[in-house]
Amino acid sequence: MAAGPGGVYREAMSWMERARDWRPTVHALAGLAAGALTAAVLGGLVIGWLAAVWSLIDGPTGGWELAWFYVLVVLTGPVLALWAVHGLGALQRARFRAVLGVEIAAPPRAAGGGSLLLRPLRGWRAPATWRQLGYHLLAIVSGTAGGLLVVICWTAPVLTYLVVRQGQGPGAAGVVGAVLLAAVVAAAMLLVAPWVARSVAEADEAGGRALLGPSRSEELALRVESLARSRAEVVAATDAERRRIERDLHDGAQRRLVSLAMQLGMARASLGDDVPEPLRQVIEQAHDEATEALAELRQLVRGLHPAVLDDRGLDAALSGIAANAPVPVRLRVDAGARCAPAIEAVAYFVVSEALTNVAKHAGAGRAEVTVERVGDRLRVVVADDGRGGATLDPGGGAGVAANGGGTGLRGLAQRAAAVDGTLTVDSPPGGPTRITVELPCGS
Amino acid sequence: MRVVIAEDSVLLQAGLTKLLGDGGFEVVAAVGDAESLLRAVAEHRPDVAVVDVRMPPTHTDEGIRAALVIASQHPEVAVLVLSQYVEERYATDLLSERTSAVGYLLKDRVAHVADFLDALRRVADGGTALDPEVVAQLLVRRRADPLDRLTPRELQVLQLMAEGRSNNGITEALRVSPSAVEKYVSNIFAKLDLAPTDIDHRRVLAVLKFLGA
Repeated sequence: MAAGPGGVYREAMSWMERARDWRPTVHALAGLAAGALTAAVLGGLVIGWLAAVWSLIDGPTGGWELAWFYVLVVLTGPVLALWAVHGLGALQRARFRAVLGVEIAAPPRAAGGGSLLLRPLRGWRAPATWRQLGYHLLAIVSGTAGGLLVVICWTAPVLTYLVVRQGQGPGAAGVVGAVLLAAVVAAAMLLVAPWVARSVAEADEAGGRALLGPSRSEELALRVESLARSRAEVVAATDAERRRIERDLHDGAQRRLVSLAMQLGMARASLGDDVPEPLRQVIEQAHDEATEALAELRQLVRGLHPAVLDDRGLDAALSGIAANAPVPVRLRVDAGARCAPAIEAVAYFVVSEALTNVAKHAGAGRAEVTVERVGDRLRVVVADDGRGGATLDPGGGAGVAANGGGTGLRGLAQRAAAVDGTLTVDSPPGGPTRITVELPCGS
Repeated sequence: MRVVIAEDSVLLQAGLTKLLGDGGFEVVAAVGDAESLLRAVAEHRPDVAVVDVRMPPTHTDEGIRAALVIASQHPEVAVLVLSQYVEERYATDLLSERTSAVGYLLKDRVAHVADFLDALRRVADGGTALDPEVVAQLLVRRRADPLDRLTPRELQVLQLMAEGRSNNGITEALRVSPSAVEKYVSNIFAKLDLAPTDIDHRRVLAVLKFLGA
């Protein structure tokens, strides 16, 4: 029982450890095979192509079918070589992944463009192709050499035995000396074999990482591309979520509230003179509450993502929030052509939140919202005549406490930044405050 | 008066049918989408159609577009558009097609039964009913123009005119004397440079000037 599950686990782990020690050796052996394959494929292609070129220059000896075949080989050779380079690259990356567990990303494909005729060849313009070709040449020479070195180390006893047997001379003393020397050499080589294998694998891994995968700048470009894509997806998902909530409330709670307020309104309208005063009061109060709840919910939902924003654009959508702001707002929109939906949604959200902030914190008497197109950017300015002191800095001074703006404005700045926009705040103590948002509006 | 209702929520359709029935209207058809509405209007020739804006299939502005079709194809049918939000852009669309026998109100207004029935009757009789919310939205877009010459009180009176109220209605709403209202109205006409011709026509022009701001 003492050697229970724990013992089995340890046993398995130590077996795994030992297996791990063999992995560099397996890698080197696989490298040997891959090197041979590479040499055969690339060598075959190069020799075949040169032979075809030479036959064409020299004048084909066979019939015209053979001449066409040579032309075909000469023309398709570079394309086939391209496939071979990429195919062998994929094979080598698979070897790293399968044996060493080293993940090397595939390098990016060549960018599009070029004439239709040369399109199959454009891969040769990509640096990644040439780096992979470099690795293949390396694999033929040093890969084979490394692989052989590892094989020699592991098979040292057998090799030395064979060498000694072949060199068996007449002198008995000589024989003993040679055997002893051979035994020492064999033992030493066997002992260093794991280190040799590991060093060969490490050198190969360094080469593979440098040549088989994307270069540093390509890696960064890929990363930027994937980050930009995922960020755009997050922004789109947020918009979709706001739209969904708006629709759900419109089709659900708001309808029920309208119905409730309508019923209470009918009840109130039908109250006769003989109704006890307390009952009348309750019904009247319920009716008032229902209509107020309806108005509040409408205000809230209007700030989310109104249908009119998708339907008629930013210009049309802004009137609703400007009209409902607690301070008088003057709205001037000169946006020209419409921007992308995500941009319009951010601009709408910024105005909505900024006006809420003005109402809550600025102590303003009036506000002005200006939306205009400046080149390929959409500029949104929300200005108020309040007490100022608003800042993006959450740890700001008394002005922030007075204006409470810090976190709210920072949220807006983040929202703008998520679509590559900027937000600036100009709000000296005592006011006035100007919040300027610029968003890219390429369309 | 005969009414056709277009409202995709069964709950509100039933509520409206009851409300209008109790209010002395005869509901001749209640439908759930714009296409059925146009068919019902062609078939029943009602005095007025009460139309929800967001209806299937796209749930955006079907009601507005249907109202525009009714306004152009059936000049004798009045249209009252209802919506959970009002948008000045939709109001402008409606008013560009027709400036009488048309209304655009928040759905909230049905809770105030008497006022709502008044507005509906007004529209059915060829008048207008614009939600104060629409008027407020139009106000935020006001640029420097003749409207700036109006005093706040006169602007208020013009706003009530835009909502479709008569002088009597304005007198009640502002709790001032009828002669005071008349004075405000004539001041508005003078400041907006509207020649003293037909009174009703001038009212419409003043409102249009206001809406065109």
